[in-house]
Amino acid sequence: MTTANPPAETCRLPEALARPAGASSWTNICAIAGVVIKEMYRRKDFYVLFVLTALITLVMGSVSIFNEQGIVRYLKEICLFLIWGSSLVIVITTTARQIPAERENRTLFPLLAKPVTRHQLILGKFLGCWLASGVALLIFYAFFGMVAGAREHHWPVLNYFQAITLHWFMLGIVCALTLLGSIVFAAPSSNTTITLVVTVGILLLGRHLNKVALRLSEPGQTVVYIFYYAIPHLEIFDVRDLIVHNWGLISWPIWAAGLAYAAVYAALFLSAACLRFRRQAVN
Amino acid sequence: MSEVILKIENLRVEFRGKELGQQVKLAVNGLNLAVRQGEVFGFLGPNGAGKTTTMNVLLGFVNATAGDAWLFGVNVREPIARQRIGYLPELTYYYKFLTAEEILRFYAKIFCIPKGEVERRIDAVLRLVELEHARKRQIKTYSKGMQQRVGLAQALINNPELLILDEPTSGLDPVGRMKVREIIQRLRNEGKTVFFSSHELGEVETVCDRVAILNHGELKAEGRVSDLLRQHQQNNLEQVFLKIIGYHDDSKSSGGNLQAA
Repeated sequence: MTTANPPAETCRLPEALARPAGASSWTNICAIAGVVIKEMYRRKDFYVLFVLTALITLVMGSVSIFNEQGIVRYLKEICLFLIWGSSLVIVITTTARQIPAERENRTLFPLLAKPVTRHQLILGKFLGCWLASGVALLIFYAFFGMVAGAREHHWPVLNYFQAITLHWFMLGIVCALTLLGSIVFAAPSSNTTITLVVTVGILLLGRHLNKVALRLSEPGQTVVYIFYYAIPHLEIFDVRDLIVHNWGLISWPIWAAGLAYAAVYAALFLSAACLRFRRQAVN
Repeated sequence: MSEVILKIENLRVEFRGKELGQQVKLAVNGLNLAVRQGEVFGFLGPNGAGKTTTMNVLLGFVNATAGDAWLFGVNVREPIARQRIGYLPELTYYYKFLTAEEILRFYAKIFCIPKGEVERRIDAVLRLVELEHARKRQIKTYSKGMQQRVGLAQALINNPELLILDEPTSGLDPVGRMKVREIIQRLRNEGKTVFFSSHELGEVETVCDRVAILNHGELKAEGRVSDLLRQHQQNNLEQVFLKIIGYHDDSKSSGGNLQAA
């Protein structure tokens, strides 16, 4: 399609409609994010997961074996593992269905027929899913913190703050990755499975890839090294020990660098999603 | 003469099959069209003629292979071109977990309608489509006709200058069709431009100032309904339509064969 000038006899869009681009972009992104959040709290998935996690946390919190205080650490570890699992499931399943559901239910058509760009749609979906996951995380950690604090009579608020923010930013990377997946794969179920496998794979094996590379001969070594340096190392955000063992705080510059690292990867995945979606026909 | 607000020049849309070796499907070929301010324009054609594809190009859903299209003098690829239009898709689906009021508020936000104006606009469009009583109910509880009317309400929330309606009466009962027709008439009286596709040719004949007939992606006829009737020496638009798309009535011969059988 060429970018020819409009024919002379066509009427012009009134000047009054030329809105400040930045302001309207932000309004559109927030409006789309608002719908995502509304959808989340009107569905049952989140409540089911929350009730399950809360129940298990409560049971764990009330367990006392031979009056052994050290047992609390193990219970905390199990509860945090549950919170990590639940938050990953919530963020991946919620994000994976966003764009495919818009296509399948045809809600994408009236939306894109408005002055909304596809970039705004992607960013709005990301913001909505990420904020929703943040709210879920806050509820999970608050509940866990109260149960654990009641047992230990110790309230390490800053440790919790660092753990939650790093966890939330890690979910931002996962959210952006899932959105990219939902543009590439048509079926939400395949996207959910692939993203879940990739995320869990990185969390479990990401840090060992360089050791694997050392044992390989060329060109396998280079390939594995490329993977090692290209993938987002989600495992660095896993600071559960801060809470489990009440370790000292991470230095604030390192904490900030971690957040910046997550922001860069999320931006990269979102840019790829926008580029891919930009020219995709939606008929 | 009023100004052209929708312009299509040499539009060509091809769809390539995803499978290897699949042929290229030509959906629209060399389409030229101009719709003037205040017109009710009927966009006709049999199924697969390229009507929805043309509308999809106008709305930025599909990219043209060649040619250009403008709304209000702005290329359709610019999102701002859609600021003064309202669109009703053929099958209306909206976020089922939202109420009519919430959907309209969401779209009003996207159009940057001032906060003080939003509630007034929502009241006005819900009154127009007669959905005031159900404004706080979630869409999932609505009947098909009610959902179609929510569709019309969202298409009107920004008080558009141009309405693009893709088969607005498809699947509606006679009362629903009548209501939609009344709304189109009312919009015409208010000086709005309406560009719509429909298979209800009697309805098109009643409400349209001009029509265009498309077949196999090509424009076969365009003009005022009365001119087309005169030109093709037919009594109604349906006969003109059938003649233009090359339909031959074989019912007599097949009827005879059936009787013989």
